[in-house]
Amino acid sequence: MTGGLAATVVLNGLTLAALYFIVASGFSLIFGLMRTVNMAHGSLYMLGAYIGYAVFEPLYDQDVWWAWHAGILAGIASAAVFGVLMQATLLGWMQGQELRQALVTIGVSIIVADQLLAYFGGTSRQFFAPDAIFGSTQVPGVGRYPTFRLVQIGIAIAVGVALWLLLNKTKLGLMIRAGVDDRQMLAATGINVPLVSLAVFALGAGLAGLGGVIGSTAQPLVQGVDVRFLLTSLVVVIVGGMGSIAGTAIGAILVGLAEQIGQALFPTYSVILTFLIMATVLAVRPQGILGRPA
Amino acid sequence: MLQVNGLDVHYGQAHVLQGVTLAIGERPLAVIGRNGMGKTTLCQAIMGMVAASGGEIAFGGAQLRGLPPNRVARHGIALVPQGRRTFPSLTVQEHLVLASSGARGSWTIERIYETFPRLAERRRNGGTQLSGGEQQMLAISRALLANPRLVIMDEPSEGLAPVIVDHLVEVLRRLPGEGMGLLLVEQNLGVATDVCEEVAIMVNGRIATRMPSAELLADEVAQRRFLGVSSGGHH
Repeated sequence: MTGGLAATVVLNGLTLAALYFIVASGFSLIFGLMRTVNMAHGSLYMLGAYIGYAVFEPLYDQDVWWAWHAGILAGIASAAVFGVLMQATLLGWMQGQELRQALVTIGVSIIVADQLLAYFGGTSRQFFAPDAIFGSTQVPGVGRYPTFRLVQIGIAIAVGVALWLLLNKTKLGLMIRAGVDDRQMLAATGINVPLVSLAVFALGAGLAGLGGVIGSTAQPLVQGVDVRFLLTSLVVVIVGGMGSIAGTAIGAILVGLAEQIGQALFPTYSVILTFLIMATVLAVRPQGILGRPA
Repeated sequence: MLQVNGLDVHYGQAHVLQGVTLAIGERPLAVIGRNGMGKTTLCQAIMGMVAASGGEIAFGGAQLRGLPPNRVARHGIALVPQGRRTFPSLTVQEHLVLASSGARGSWTIERIYETFPRLAERRRNGGTQLSGGEQQMLAISRALLANPRLVIMDEPSEGLAPVIVDHLVEVLRRLPGEGMGLLLVEQNLGVATDVCEEVAIMVNGRIATRMPSAELLADEVAQRRFLGVSSGGHH
């Protein structure tokens, strides 16, 4: 590999990592507080993307400058609402029964995928970002690079900082962290834990929806992305450590880089590299790089 | 204030609380008994942390049985649980901020720091960096900041050094003056009788008897029978 190509591959890996972080941080947040392995997290990604697109398209056709922004908001809102409904109607009743929750959310993901296929069909779609972030930018050592990919990194950093502030500087953050430690004792302190759970589910699902629109701006939205992003989220949080935001960032960077470097060096077997990382982490440090022992 | 009537708790096949009946008024009451007699289960059942299968828990006119812990807490009961159960991820200051979101009253974060200067020194320390005694002070502070009408303490002296236990007893003796009820579950007979003038003795999931502390202290036969101990000191 030449130096320029190597730099491009690394930058590709980092921009992909940014997207993975946005999606997986929501997954990790939900798991951290509720021990719910939400197997429908990829569906929330896909749902947010399609509903965001349904809002975006007519506005874009009329040349409205905020079409993309509206798509993002619709993507976040629809995923958040769906996540809250899922927690309130299905998962809240089986708190602490991880296997049952996993099975139920797999069921939900199958239904959502079929419904989306029925309404939106199988053709691929793609958002168009606003002109200001659409073209390409000169990056030293790389050359011209899609501006939106760089914005993606900025959004991921903003999400990371916002999550850090929320968890460390707000009362809701205190409740979430205390709930990760000891849900029952948090309730005995007078806090309505199911309500905190709903807020966390809205937040985690909203991040999946945000990821859906961002991801479908960078690459086409097609059926099947739900499974892809669910698997990636699982790998990212297993590598980084369940429930840790910093761990999720590290996991996302490792997986993003591994995928891109693998595709550049040995395209056919690149998937192996990702799972090699996961297997190594599981063997050496089963709780993940920044995870706490169970 | 608190009236527990015929309270039953089952863990699977085990009948852990067998019709516990207990009334607590303004004066502090100690519940003592050996390990495995159901003392902790009683605390958790009142707090709504374990489900009771029968009986009732009346508190200031409200029926508490079946309510989730946060609703019980809002009615004015706070728990200092066995093993302290402070939150490892939260600093001392964050514990206090979280705990002070309930009813306003005479206990404020400032007053906690005046009462427990040690906590003020360690306000930025995480819950896991504290000594056992500091964790216990923090767990008690968490309960007091809810400004409850009744505090339930489950073995607060467990695992603490004697000098810390003396300090704890001092703090607990001041609580009744605050108009705050106290249900003190203890294995340490000295602590129980120092803080409370009356003790209830729990045997096999029932309240076996209730008597003035002085009477139990004078009765070594009863001490041996109910507790398997015969000394009245703290240690």
